[in-house]
Amino acid sequence: MPAGRSPLPPLLRHTLLALAALLAIIVLTGVVDPFTNLRIASVGYYLVAVAGLTLLTGLNGQVSLGHGAFLFIGAYTMALLVIHVPGWPFWLDLLLAAAASGVAGALAGAAAARLHGPYLAGATLALAVGLPALTQRFPELLGGSNGLAFRVNSMPAGLAGSVPTTRWQAWVVWASVLLALVLLANLTRGRFGRTLRAVRDNEVSAELAGIHIGRTKVLAFLISAVCGGLAGGLQAFLLGTAAPGSFTLVLSLSLLAAVVLGGIGSMWGALWGAIALVYFQAWSEDLAHELALSTDIANNLPLAVYGLILITVVLAFPQGIQGGVRQLGRLLRRTRANRTASGTATEGES
Amino acid sequence: MSRPHPARTVLAAALAGALALTACGGAGEAPSEQQAQTGGAAPGVTDTSVLIGTHQPLTGPAAPGYSRISVGAQAMYDHINDGGGIHGRTIEYRVEDDAYNPTRTVEVVKKLVLQDEVFAIVGGLGTPTHSKVVDFLNQQGVPDLLVSSGALMWDQPERNPMTFGYQVDYTREGKIQGKYIADNLPGRKVGLMYQNDDVGRDTQRGLDQFIADQTVSRQGYDPANTDVLPQISALRDAGAEVVVCECVPAFTALSILTAAKIGYQPQFMVSSIGADPATLTGLLEEFGKQGGSEVSAPRLLEGMLGTGYLPDVGLTDDPWVQLLQQVHQEYIPEEPLTNTVVYGMVQAYTFAQALKAAGRDLTREQLVAAMESGELEGPGLTPFAFSAESHSGYTGAYVFEVNPDTSTTIVQQPVVTDRGEGPVTPARTERKTPEQIALLGE
Repeated sequence: MPAGRSPLPPLLRHTLLALAALLAIIVLTGVVDPFTNLRIASVGYYLVAVAGLTLLTGLNGQVSLGHGAFLFIGAYTMALLVIHVPGWPFWLDLLLAAAASGVAGALAGAAAARLHGPYLAGATLALAVGLPALTQRFPELLGGSNGLAFRVNSMPAGLAGSVPTTRWQAWVVWASVLLALVLLANLTRGRFGRTLRAVRDNEVSAELAGIHIGRTKVLAFLISAVCGGLAGGLQAFLLGTAAPGSFTLVLSLSLLAAVVLGGIGSMWGALWGAIALVYFQAWSEDLAHELALSTDIANNLPLAVYGLILITVVLAFPQGIQGGVRQLGRLLRRTRANRTASGTATEGES
Repeated sequence: MSRPHPARTVLAAALAGALALTACGGAGEAPSEQQAQTGGAAPGVTDTSVLIGTHQPLTGPAAPGYSRISVGAQAMYDHINDGGGIHGRTIEYRVEDDAYNPTRTVEVVKKLVLQDEVFAIVGGLGTPTHSKVVDFLNQQGVPDLLVSSGALMWDQPERNPMTFGYQVDYTREGKIQGKYIADNLPGRKVGLMYQNDDVGRDTQRGLDQFIADQTVSRQGYDPANTDVLPQISALRDAGAEVVVCECVPAFTALSILTAAKIGYQPQFMVSSIGADPATLTGLLEEFGKQGGSEVSAPRLLEGMLGTGYLPDVGLTDDPWVQLLQQVHQEYIPEEPLTNTVVYGMVQAYTFAQALKAAGRDLTREQLVAAMESGELEGPGLTPFAFSAESHSGYTGAYVFEVNPDTSTTIVQQPVVTDRGEGPVTPARTERKTPEQIALLGE
């Protein structure tokens, strides 16, 4: 989709798209049950996390195996703010959660800019493993293995009673996520996006073109960490909890798998990845319930299903689900063009 | 690129403003009291069935051992349902896996309540997990019965009127262990190995009343990290002769195995949450195999002290154990009958008793009233504390020692105490038999 084809400037187009998406979410959340609202909101926060990682890994070529650490920082920042400064509005807490994570991301990025491939993977892995251990070091502040529990009060007085809590939460999550995505899409569409890709594709030629490699890499880390922090903050907002058990290595790896599954290097891919993260798990659990499988099989089914789908998708479409969607679109356009062509031909004959 | 664009500014401001305008109050302020659902038709209840749910660690760090609890509970529900159910209703038991991950707990419990519309949550397992849903369940007015954890926080009837404990709480258990050590192992140096959450905190509040000056080292572990060598080495270096392990089964096994590996042979005293010899045998063999060596679980466990409050599977002339064995034989004969399975069976039986006491015209309020009636007498060896003022579960424990064949011998008869500074006193010995309770058939 070349940007030049649309008459609208990118930011306006992205904003309109986001508003349309928000409207769709509002309609959708109005017709489904409260629990589905919760799942829709979960897709939202995973989406922003996966989108941030897509920017880092897909566009900039830096593999992060530790992105869960940024969600951890976001969630705990949110939790600590809600508990210790209860007077602040929740959206300020969310912003600060994203900012705190951004600071950590810049630090991690500064270290990461000197590392390549497996070394970078190893360093980020250490981040994911090590950071949640902070909760053990400071049990008084961070609640140890128990983590923190709190209730986020966000519902405006005018809506209380008329809008169910989970529906309101889904709105907040998606409004924040779409806002972040508009900014992200705009960044990656423009000059910064080209810089990111240039660094990914060939550092030497990028440097010759006058790009500051280190700065670009740190900036990419910072932006993706901000996304991760926002995702973590939103998760805390949604679930009212921050606990180390939620930010294991499995989370980081699942996020990376979602990037690959959705389509590495494509922001739309992040959406598919996020949906897959939430729904494959839910579907395979439902399936296990339906089939009344023994617990040993049922336990491992979600991961097995996820793995199978990942392998199948990557074999069929190396560019992930989004690659498949694009191929399908091209195929449809071609057959439609053919049909129109043959259609006119038949009309001409009759 | 940065040329100002009126449409951009307006739209960006509008989006940002939309979020800001909708929020007025602070995020952490107490929300307006939400009305608990009261009266009327009870969710999850039909003429012929009642749907209940639970969250259990079927996978993850706490799964070894604990994943069998729901198997035992399901067997007991099958037994009750085949016997005609309670007031003609069968009990439908929905188990959700939360992998001992609090985030997943919140999700699955919301699913159970909002989507499946369960009547009650029964036996939700784990302190770090269940503590995250207590607010939600009480806000929604969902009975939250027999929480599988000994943390003190389940016993807050003012704040959480729907929540009830099940196990003897960790402080009571700590007092009983501490007194036993002070009486029977006086002057020995004690080291603590504790789970770094309420398990550890609450237990030490009890232990310290008796053995604070005997304690030479305190080592916490995080259930996400299975390497306990640093902690066990520190206990050895501090010269601890007795190690009190306030650990879940996997970490009891890891501690015992690690101590054996470094040639350290303290007297272990294990809390009820991690002291089931049959479960430990399985775990020790499994972990040993993973570490590439054959281990003799009976030899490692011999002499281990532990506390318990439920009838041990070895007490074969106890009428309750006979009932449990019969249910086991009929419904899950291929599953080893461990004390962990017994835990689930007793929990299910206790819930069924409350359900029966709540009456045929079932509401959530009646179920809570039945729990508070103080008439629940379970298969456990110590009485429940349930009343309108207390939502605490079993009130005491006995101390046992593991024999060379991994069976157990009670070395101190059941005692009861409170969670404060009160004395430790012998429990009353007589219990109702299953026939006297006559749960089924009416």
